Amino acid sequence: MAEPMKIRAKMDGDAADVKVLMSHPMETGQRKNEKGDLVPMHFIQSVIATHNGKLVLDAQWSQAVARNPFLGFRVKGAKAGDKITVSWTDTAGDKGSIDSVVAA
Amino acid sequence: MQQIRRRLLKAIGSVIPLAAAAGAGLLRAGDAFAATWNKAGFDAKAAADALKSLGVTGAQPSKDIVLTTPDIAENGAQVPVTVTSKIPNTQSISIIVEKNPFPLSSTYDFSSGADGYVSTKLKLGQTSNVVAIVKADGKFFTATKEVKVTIGGCGG
Repeated sequence: MAEPMKIRAKMDGDAADVKVLMSHPMETGQRKNEKGDLVPMHFIQSVIATHNGKLVLDAQWSQAVARNPFLGFRVKGAKAGDKITVSWTDTAGDKGSIDSVVAA
Repeated sequence: MQQIRRRLLKAIGSVIPLAAAAGAGLLRAGDAFAATWNKAGFDAKAAADALKSLGVTGAQPSKDIVLTTPDIAENGAQVPVTVTSKIPNTQSISIIVEKNPFPLSSTYDFSSGADGYVSTKLKLGQTSNVVAIVKADGKFFTATKEVKVTIGGCGG
Protein backbone atom coordinates (compact mmCIF):
# COMPACT_ATOMS: atom_id res chain seq x y z
CA MET A 1 0.00 0.00 0.00
CA ALA A 2 2.71 2.43 -0.87
CA GLU A 3 0.37 4.28 -3.17
CA PRO A 4 0.23 8.02 -2.75
CA MET A 5 -2.28 9.86 -0.63
CA LYS A 6 -3.15 13.48 -1.16
CA ILE A 7 -4.04 16.09 1.40
CA ARG A 8 -4.89 19.76 1.32
CA ALA A 9 -5.53 21.88 4.39
CA LYS A 10 -6.51 25.52 4.02
CA MET A 11 -7.97 28.14 6.32
CA ASP A 12 -11.62 28.95 5.64
CA GLY A 13 -12.97 31.47 8.13
CA ASP A 14 -12.19 30.28 11.66
CA ALA A 15 -11.64 26.67 10.63
CA ALA A 16 -9.17 24.68 8.61
CA ASP A 17 -10.82 22.97 5.69
CA VAL A 18 -9.09 19.63 5.11
CA LYS A 19 -9.52 17.44 2.06
CA VAL A 20 -7.90 14.02 1.78
CA LEU A 21 -7.73 11.51 -1.03
CA MET A 22 -6.71 7.96 -0.22
CA SER A 23 -5.66 5.31 -2.67
CA HIS A 24 -7.48 2.10 -1.90
CA PRO A 25 -9.55 -0.48 -3.84
CA MET A 26 -12.26 -0.64 -1.10
CA GLU A 27 -13.37 -4.12 -2.18
CA THR A 28 -16.89 -4.93 -0.99
CA GLY A 29 -16.58 -8.71 -1.19
CA GLN A 30 -19.45 -8.72 -3.70
CA ARG A 31 -17.56 -7.99 -6.89
CA LYS A 32 -16.36 -10.77 -9.18
CA ASN A 33 -13.11 -10.73 -11.12
CA GLU A 34 -12.74 -11.74 -14.80
CA LYS A 35 -12.69 -15.41 -13.81
CA GLY A 36 -15.99 -15.06 -11.98
CA ASP A 37 -14.43 -15.50 -8.54
CA LEU A 38 -15.51 -13.23 -5.73
CA VAL A 39 -12.89 -10.66 -4.85
CA PRO A 40 -12.47 -10.82 -1.07
CA MET A 41 -13.45 -7.88 1.09
CA HIS A 42 -10.66 -5.41 1.62
CA PHE A 43 -11.43 -1.91 2.80
CA ILE A 44 -10.29 0.90 5.06
CA GLN A 45 -11.90 0.43 8.45
CA SER A 46 -10.49 3.23 10.47
CA VAL A 47 -9.43 6.79 9.68
CA ILE A 48 -7.96 9.05 12.31
CA ALA A 49 -7.16 12.74 12.00
CA THR A 50 -5.09 14.78 14.42
CA HIS A 51 -4.50 18.52 14.74
CA ASN A 52 -1.06 19.28 16.22
CA GLY A 53 -1.08 15.75 17.61
CA LYS A 54 -4.54 16.02 19.19
CA LEU A 55 -7.28 13.70 17.94
CA VAL A 56 -10.02 15.62 16.10
CA LEU A 57 -11.74 12.98 14.00
CA ASP A 58 -12.10 9.24 14.51
CA ALA A 59 -13.96 7.66 11.60
CA GLN A 60 -15.12 4.08 11.18
CA TRP A 61 -15.84 2.96 7.66
CA SER A 62 -17.52 0.04 5.96
CA GLN A 63 -17.07 -1.25 2.44
CA ALA A 64 -19.73 1.24 1.29
CA VAL A 65 -17.22 4.05 1.10
CA ALA A 66 -16.26 4.55 -2.54
CA ARG A 67 -13.01 3.34 -4.07
CA ASN A 68 -10.06 5.72 -3.61
CA PRO A 69 -11.89 7.38 -0.76
CA PHE A 70 -12.37 11.11 -0.39
CA LEU A 71 -12.73 12.64 3.04
CA GLY A 72 -13.39 16.26 3.88
CA PHE A 73 -13.59 17.69 7.38
CA ARG A 74 -13.11 20.98 9.22
CA VAL A 75 -11.05 21.80 12.28
CA LYS A 76 -12.28 24.81 14.22
CA GLY A 77 -9.67 26.94 15.94
CA ALA A 78 -6.86 25.75 13.72
CA LYS A 79 -4.38 28.33 12.48
CA ALA A 80 -2.18 28.62 9.44
CA GLY A 81 1.00 26.65 10.08
CA ASP A 82 -0.72 24.02 12.25
CA LYS A 83 -0.10 20.37 11.45
CA ILE A 84 -2.90 18.05 10.35
CA THR A 85 -2.22 14.32 10.12
CA VAL A 86 -4.57 11.73 8.63
CA SER A 87 -3.93 8.01 8.94
CA TRP A 88 -5.93 4.94 7.99
CA THR A 89 -5.92 1.20 8.69
CA ASP A 90 -7.61 -1.38 6.48
CA THR A 91 -9.04 -4.84 7.04
CA ALA A 92 -5.72 -6.45 6.07
CA GLY A 93 -3.89 -4.40 8.67
CA ASP A 94 -2.26 -2.17 6.05
CA LYS A 95 -1.77 1.42 7.02
CA GLY A 96 -1.28 4.77 5.36
CA SER A 97 -0.59 8.22 6.70
CA ILE A 98 -0.06 11.73 5.43
CA ASP A 99 0.34 15.13 7.02
CA SER A 100 0.06 18.69 5.92
CA VAL A 101 0.64 22.18 7.22
CA VAL A 102 -2.48 24.35 7.19
CA ALA A 103 -2.18 27.03 4.51
CA ALA A 104 -3.46 30.54 5.17
CA MET B 1 -13.86 -52.20 22.31
CA GLN B 2 -17.28 -50.68 22.27
CA GLN B 3 -16.34 -48.69 25.35
CA ILE B 4 -13.15 -47.30 23.85
CA ARG B 5 -14.95 -46.37 20.70
CA ARG B 6 -17.57 -44.54 22.69
CA ARG B 7 -14.97 -42.69 24.67
CA LEU B 8 -13.14 -41.77 21.50
CA LEU B 9 -16.30 -40.41 19.92
CA LYS B 10 -16.99 -38.44 23.05
CA ALA B 11 -13.48 -37.04 22.98
CA ILE B 12 -13.81 -36.02 19.34
CA GLY B 13 -17.18 -34.50 20.09
CA SER B 14 -15.67 -32.27 22.70
CA VAL B 15 -12.74 -31.25 20.52
CA ILE B 16 -14.79 -29.98 17.61
CA PRO B 17 -16.63 -27.22 19.46
CA LEU B 18 -13.33 -26.20 21.03
CA ALA B 19 -11.71 -25.93 17.62
CA ALA B 20 -14.66 -23.94 16.34
CA ALA B 21 -14.40 -21.60 19.29
CA ALA B 22 -10.68 -21.16 18.69
CA GLY B 23 -11.38 -20.40 15.07
CA ALA B 24 -13.89 -17.76 16.01
CA GLY B 25 -11.40 -16.35 18.48
CA LEU B 26 -8.78 -16.09 15.78
CA LEU B 27 -11.20 -14.30 13.50
CA ARG B 28 -11.98 -11.83 16.23
CA ALA B 29 -8.29 -11.30 16.90
CA GLY B 30 -7.87 -10.44 13.23
CA ASP B 31 -10.48 -7.71 13.51
CA ALA B 32 -9.25 -6.45 16.82
CA PHE B 33 -6.77 -3.88 15.55
CA ALA B 34 -9.58 -1.36 15.42
CA ALA B 35 -10.95 -1.94 18.86
CA THR B 36 -13.74 0.53 18.43
CA TRP B 37 -14.87 -0.67 15.01
CA ASN B 38 -18.61 -1.21 15.30
CA LYS B 39 -18.73 -4.77 13.95
CA ALA B 40 -22.36 -5.37 14.91
CA GLY B 41 -23.42 -2.18 13.19
CA PHE B 42 -21.42 -2.69 10.01
CA ASP B 43 -22.56 -6.33 9.75
CA ALA B 44 -26.23 -5.40 10.20
CA LYS B 45 -28.31 -6.07 7.11
CA ALA B 46 -31.22 -3.86 8.15
CA ALA B 47 -31.07 -0.16 8.83
CA ALA B 48 -33.01 -0.66 12.09
CA ASP B 49 -30.36 -3.07 13.41
CA ALA B 50 -27.59 -0.66 12.44
CA LEU B 51 -29.39 2.11 14.35
CA LYS B 52 -29.69 -0.16 17.36
CA SER B 53 -25.96 -0.83 17.31
CA LEU B 54 -25.33 2.91 17.43
CA GLY B 55 -27.59 3.22 20.46
CA VAL B 56 -30.00 5.45 18.57
CA THR B 57 -33.31 5.93 20.34
CA GLY B 58 -35.95 8.55 19.78
CA ALA B 59 -34.11 10.27 16.96
CA GLN B 60 -35.78 13.50 15.89
CA PRO B 61 -35.69 14.86 12.36
CA SER B 62 -33.82 18.16 12.45
CA LYS B 63 -33.64 21.09 10.07
CA ASP B 64 -30.22 21.96 11.49
CA ILE B 65 -28.66 19.07 9.60
CA VAL B 66 -27.80 19.82 6.02
CA LEU B 67 -27.49 16.60 4.04
CA THR B 68 -26.13 17.28 0.60
CA THR B 69 -26.34 14.57 -2.05
CA PRO B 70 -27.12 14.59 -5.73
CA ASP B 71 -30.83 13.97 -6.47
CA ILE B 72 -29.82 11.58 -9.21
CA ALA B 73 -26.52 9.73 -9.20
CA GLU B 74 -25.46 8.44 -12.57
CA ASN B 75 -22.72 6.34 -11.03
CA GLY B 76 -23.73 4.55 -7.86
CA ALA B 77 -20.09 3.73 -7.16
CA GLN B 78 -19.15 7.34 -6.42
CA VAL B 79 -21.95 9.30 -4.79
CA PRO B 80 -20.79 12.45 -3.00
CA VAL B 81 -22.42 12.86 0.40
CA THR B 82 -21.83 15.84 2.67
CA VAL B 83 -23.31 16.26 6.13
CA THR B 84 -23.21 19.58 7.97
CA SER B 85 -24.63 19.66 11.47
CA LYS B 86 -25.44 23.07 12.92
CA ILE B 87 -26.56 21.46 16.15
CA PRO B 88 -24.35 22.63 19.04
CA ASN B 89 -22.03 20.04 20.57
CA THR B 90 -22.26 17.63 17.68
CA GLN B 91 -20.34 14.56 18.82
CA SER B 92 -20.71 12.22 15.90
CA ILE B 93 -22.26 11.74 12.49
CA SER B 94 -23.24 8.37 11.00
CA ILE B 95 -24.43 7.85 7.47
CA ILE B 96 -26.86 5.05 6.59
CA VAL B 97 -27.81 3.99 3.07
CA GLU B 98 -31.09 2.18 3.68
CA LYS B 99 -31.11 -0.08 0.61
CA ASN B 100 -27.45 -1.12 0.67
CA PRO B 101 -26.74 -4.77 1.59
CA PHE B 102 -25.06 -3.40 4.74
CA PRO B 103 -26.79 -0.08 5.41
CA LEU B 104 -24.33 1.50 7.85
CA SER B 105 -21.64 3.13 5.72
CA SER B 106 -19.59 5.12 8.16
CA THR B 107 -19.41 6.85 11.51
CA TYR B 108 -17.42 9.97 12.31
CA ASP B 109 -16.61 10.91 15.90
CA PHE B 110 -15.50 14.48 16.50
CA SER B 111 -13.36 15.82 19.29
CA SER B 112 -11.24 18.86 20.20
CA GLY B 113 -12.88 21.40 17.97
CA ALA B 114 -13.59 19.44 14.84
CA ASP B 115 -16.64 20.93 13.16
CA GLY B 116 -19.80 18.85 12.77
CA TYR B 117 -19.09 18.49 9.11
CA VAL B 118 -18.00 15.60 6.95
CA SER B 119 -17.78 15.09 3.23
CA THR B 120 -17.17 11.77 1.53
CA LYS B 121 -18.16 9.57 -1.38
CA LEU B 122 -20.25 6.44 -0.92
CA LYS B 123 -21.38 3.45 -2.93
CA LEU B 124 -25.11 3.09 -3.49
CA GLY B 125 -26.30 -0.28 -4.74
CA GLN B 126 -29.62 1.13 -5.90
CA THR B 127 -31.97 4.08 -5.44
CA SER B 128 -32.15 4.58 -1.70
CA ASN B 129 -32.76 6.92 1.16
CA VAL B 130 -29.55 8.27 2.64
CA VAL B 131 -29.92 9.02 6.35
CA ALA B 132 -27.57 11.18 8.37
CA ILE B 133 -27.69 10.55 12.11
CA VAL B 134 -26.20 13.23 14.32
CA LYS B 135 -25.44 12.71 17.97
CA ALA B 136 -25.30 15.92 19.99
CA ASP B 137 -25.34 16.17 23.79
CA GLY B 138 -26.30 12.51 23.90
CA LYS B 139 -29.42 13.05 21.76
CA PHE B 140 -29.97 11.84 18.22
CA PHE B 141 -31.17 13.83 15.22
CA THR B 142 -31.66 12.74 11.64
CA ALA B 143 -31.96 14.04 8.13
CA THR B 144 -33.04 11.93 5.17
CA LYS B 145 -32.70 12.37 1.46
CA GLU B 146 -33.50 10.07 -1.42
CA VAL B 147 -30.86 9.52 -4.08
CA LYS B 148 -31.95 8.00 -7.37
CA VAL B 149 -29.30 5.77 -8.86
CA THR B 150 -29.23 5.45 -12.62
CA ILE B 151 -27.78 2.20 -13.86
CA GLY B 152 -26.19 2.15 -17.27
CA GLY B 153 -27.66 5.55 -18.06
CA CYS B 154 -31.12 4.10 -18.76
CA GLY B 155 -32.84 6.37 -16.29
CA GLY B 156 -34.38 5.24 -13.05
